[in-house]
Amino acid sequence: MSENKEHIILETENLNIGYKTKKKESVIASKINIQLQKGELIGLVGANGIGKSTLLRTLTNVQDALSGHVYINEKLLSIYSSEELAKSMSLVLTDPIASKNLSVFELVALGRHPYTNWVGNLTTEDINIVNQALVHTNIETLKHKKCFELSDGQLQKVLIARALAQDTDLIILDEPTTHLDMYHKAYILKLLQKLVKETGKTILFSSHEIDLAIQLCDKMIVMTPEKVVTDQPCNLISEGTFNTLFPKDLIVFDETTGSFRVKK
Amino acid sequence: MPKTNTYTFSFIALIILLIICFFMNISLGSVSIPNWAIFKSFFGTLEHESWSYIIQDYRLPKALAAILVGSGLGISGLLMQTLFRNPLAGPFVLGISSGASLGVALVILGAGIFGGVFASLLISKWSIVIAASLGSFLVLLAVLVVSSRVKDTMAILIIGLMFGSITAAVVSVLSYFSSAEQLQQYIFWGFGSLGNLSWSELLIFFIIYSFGICLSIISIKGLNTLLLGENYAKSLGLNIKQSRFIIIIATSLLAGTITAFAGPIAFIGLAIPHITRQVFNTSNHKILLPAVFLFGAIIMLICDIIAQVPASDYTLPINAITSLIGAPVVIWLLVRKRKMIF
Repeated sequence: MSENKEHIILETENLNIGYKTKKKESVIASKINIQLQKGELIGLVGANGIGKSTLLRTLTNVQDALSGHVYINEKLLSIYSSEELAKSMSLVLTDPIASKNLSVFELVALGRHPYTNWVGNLTTEDINIVNQALVHTNIETLKHKKCFELSDGQLQKVLIARALAQDTDLIILDEPTTHLDMYHKAYILKLLQKLVKETGKTILFSSHEIDLAIQLCDKMIVMTPEKVVTDQPCNLISEGTFNTLFPKDLIVFDETTGSFRVKK
Repeated sequence: MPKTNTYTFSFIALIILLIICFFMNISLGSVSIPNWAIFKSFFGTLEHESWSYIIQDYRLPKALAAILVGSGLGISGLLMQTLFRNPLAGPFVLGISSGASLGVALVILGAGIFGGVFASLLISKWSIVIAASLGSFLVLLAVLVVSSRVKDTMAILIIGLMFGSITAAVVSVLSYFSSAEQLQQYIFWGFGSLGNLSWSELLIFFIIYSFGICLSIISIKGLNTLLLGENYAKSLGLNIKQSRFIIIIATSLLAGTITAFAGPIAFIGLAIPHITRQVFNTSNHKILLPAVFLFGAIIMLICDIIAQVPASDYTLPINAITSLIGAPVVIWLLVRKRKMIF
């Protein structure tokens, strides 16, 4: 592993996450050691309430870690200024967009915010990058549409384009497939895979689409009540990690098809 | 950017409209003065001394005040609507006008409690301006102190409304103990007025107003980022607390001085951004800010023309006119377009 050291985009070291109040600390997950390489698509899966969002919030500096360290490009996350971080990491969140009256181009162009001048003027280079992001996500035809005219699937693509326009090594997406139909779930994840291959970025997403993630991801982070495991999907299957994901009374993991089945 | 050019025509049309309204505002009034005299009066005194006086010391400052008031209120309304992501927000949601009312109420209504010579000393024009500024500043300061402890922007909105309720209650208690003349005086202040501003007052008004406008211009980039929501804005490297602070200060400078010099003028701040968005179908503040400026100035000039009731001796309260004219316009726009753009 040491020969790849220079390609590590995100690394955590004995990370403990959770919430701290004055009186007590509630640990949600502990001893998290993750290494994400450049050009990898990583899926983060786990049951509801296991701490996926908390982990993402900690990795994106929204919330402080209880202990341990997060390194982005081998630099400690806590010493990043907000402008620097905005140039290293872009996000696609589940939050609704505040103003749906933005046009697709305007929304994607807001991704250039960390690079533009004080009044936010776009240079020709900025416009090129925005247009490229639109091409990469196949939404050039939507360019002049308003966001309230878009379907959920289209809007998700626009938000991904915005993250691309931010031109960062790492893109983190929080549940990008919720509210989408089966086709668009697959479409969005396939798009992420394509982006990783074409742009060499590292993309981390959380999702409940375990079967799709197994087929498309280079690596998966599986959060179970006992531990957090990071490995390639095929190794995770052979080690039986997916069976520990959920309580065993209702569904079982079928290793041959790589998906869950309801118990008869 | 190709997008900006499509608005050039609208901007030119609005600027021409503004100039027309400005001259109409000056040429119409209870005393009819021919147009040539108005032009001449800009370059020197006329033979008709009363005409020069009316134009140079009354109508011209009043028209300029209308421009400052309309544009300032419109812009502060726009800032609040974007900051709070709420189409119902206006320049006074943070309790600025209620603070000013409290200050003025304390001076006018409270004067009775001190009584005698002291009272007549208190109720001069400047004391009302100072009381209004002080009142709105103190309420704003309270809102800022409390809001620096909360993370949620929506909580600031509620806190502003609560402070408004408290000050309104204090004003009610004061009115209960006041005489009829004092109440009338207070109510007259509440009608708002663009006239009776001397040039020196207008200059002070303009200086503070310019500070507010500069801060709004600085905030343009942050405001655009806030259109994505606060979490996205943060992920784009925006310092939310700092931008929030600048936006609030800009609003209070604008709305605070306007209330101090012209009284609490309702409606303009809430309606102008909506009217502008119906014409300029964009959320980009780089376009919206100058457009709101022009619309605010134009509509305020028109409201003032109507309030003068041309060729009559009456002057209606400007505060009533803004709502009487403005509310139907907004309703008409919304019904016609069937959609609220925000």
